[in-house]
Amino acid sequence: MIEQSLQAMAHSLASREISSVELTQLYLDRIARHNAQLNAYITVDPGRSLAQARAADERLARGEGGPLTGIPIAHKDIFCARDWLTTCGSKMLSNFVSPYDAAVIARFKAAGAVVLGKTNMDEFAMGSSNETSFYGPVRNPWDIRCVPGGSSGGSAAAVAARLAPAATGTDTGGSIRQPAALCNLSGMKPTYGVISRYGMIAFASSLDQAGPLARSAADCATLLNAMAGFDERDSTSLDRPPEDYRRELAAPPASQPLAGLRIGLPAEFFGAGCSPAVMQLVAAAIAEYRKLGAETVALSLPSMGLSVAAYYVIAPAEASSNLARFDGVRYGYRAPEYRDLNELYSKSRAQGFGAEVKRRILIGTYVLSHGYYDAYYLQAQRIRRLIANDFAAAFRQCDVILGPTSPSTAFKLGEKAADPVQMYLSDIYTIAVNLAGLPAISIPCGFADGLPAGLQLIGDYFTEARLLNVAHRYQQASDWHLQRPGGFV
Amino acid sequence: MSLTLERVRRVAHLARIEISDAEAHSTLGQLNDIFALIEAMQAVDTQGVEPMAHAQELAQRLRPDSVSEADLLAQRAAFQAIAPETAAGLYLVPRVIE
Repeated sequence: MIEQSLQAMAHSLASREISSVELTQLYLDRIARHNAQLNAYITVDPGRSLAQARAADERLARGEGGPLTGIPIAHKDIFCARDWLTTCGSKMLSNFVSPYDAAVIARFKAAGAVVLGKTNMDEFAMGSSNETSFYGPVRNPWDIRCVPGGSSGGSAAAVAARLAPAATGTDTGGSIRQPAALCNLSGMKPTYGVISRYGMIAFASSLDQAGPLARSAADCATLLNAMAGFDERDSTSLDRPPEDYRRELAAPPASQPLAGLRIGLPAEFFGAGCSPAVMQLVAAAIAEYRKLGAETVALSLPSMGLSVAAYYVIAPAEASSNLARFDGVRYGYRAPEYRDLNELYSKSRAQGFGAEVKRRILIGTYVLSHGYYDAYYLQAQRIRRLIANDFAAAFRQCDVILGPTSPSTAFKLGEKAADPVQMYLSDIYTIAVNLAGLPAISIPCGFADGLPAGLQLIGDYFTEARLLNVAHRYQQASDWHLQRPGGFV
Repeated sequence: MSLTLERVRRVAHLARIEISDAEAHSTLGQLNDIFALIEAMQAVDTQGVEPMAHAQELAQRLRPDSVSEADLLAQRAAFQAIAPETAAGLYLVPRVIE
């Protein structure tokens, strides 16, 4: 059962082969057995999950089930879920039981899915290794000495170890795609604005976007169908007609299903800076795509080299503003001792935030301060425009862009924790996509020394359905995505 | 460009984050490393490039300025139940006006 696609699981539930209570209990048992080793979940509440499962079973019995009814889904602890502890991986919110549901949670509830638990993450989604969590690091199921990536590391580890059929994540600079790559999963960041950010704790609002983490591109499409949609409570939600993200997957298998597809290969993705082992696997995937009928186009994204620099101005600037709300007054952590209001703020924030979060708030406060705004913040926004223009030019020559997701496979815990700059550079291939607001997916493309590597496919705005199909056709011709880590039985 | 200890303390004050001398020292080194990375931007001529604040060119949606939520008192109670200190529907903080 745990290797079935979400579609097959839905079928088993609809035909009453298995009940939602049984399926949910199966995963709760697996979590009880293996979570101590991985630390993938922050909160599990079997009573609450099973109550939802019972309601799903009643709905299924009435014949009113949909594609996700009764399926347990793990949610990154950045999504507010009513009556669930929602920590965002921080001491600041270690006592925050949310009084309301995020739009993503509400949409899954409406679909009849079960909340399986809340997954560990880098504090306020700031990190690429899951080591900044107040709740301790998550371990990679493929090698527990290694990180699972971040910031959606708990979601990725949970799905990789089959402690959840699928999970949600968020991606501000690569936080879905990089952990997907490091844990052998498929993970998609949709076009900015496709999924509501309502109730998703904000990090950098012009970059943050939710998305699915799953065992296949087809499962990602099923999840995206539930997650996407206009929401008037998010001022940047896009009011577009609903679409079926699975619509291209149904075409029958063919010897060259991608005939006519132009895949762009930017020189900047294939230079120094990527490990040779990962590069070799990406090259093999390109060869496979040619067999599937695609042609490749050499191109260039000349400003991409500046994306990390621009990102580490824009994201901290937005974070310093967003995180001003955590002041010890209305919710969250309050310091036990203070003499006046200023001390209440400064001590609550000093004690409630971890080192990486404070670092980014300080960077953001600095680049927005008087006399530095033009040189840093405005310059970063101009470079953001150049990067978006590069992609626009590229998509006049190709349909999708392909490259590695991450420059290496999973690194060891502690290896980069002391050097923020080295950590930031692990997102060199993913950040530009967030700056431009484009959709992208990471899918498994093989193993180097037993650790998985990820292939990134980037599309033009609103081409999620095509991207998912391009990923799906590769997965029909390969079995990398079907590999699962040893142990965790 | 290089930050000074004094500027780190100033920025921490602006951000309302208490910072010890030891923290200010270690933060100074890390921030200077990060700004060395960021400085790469300064070499680029961006004259005439329109700053991009957002991925989508959107106009702000407007709505009528009217109450859209129901059960306001129950909602207030739910939201204040998780506050550090409240009384009579108000959030309590240390006295700011004598």
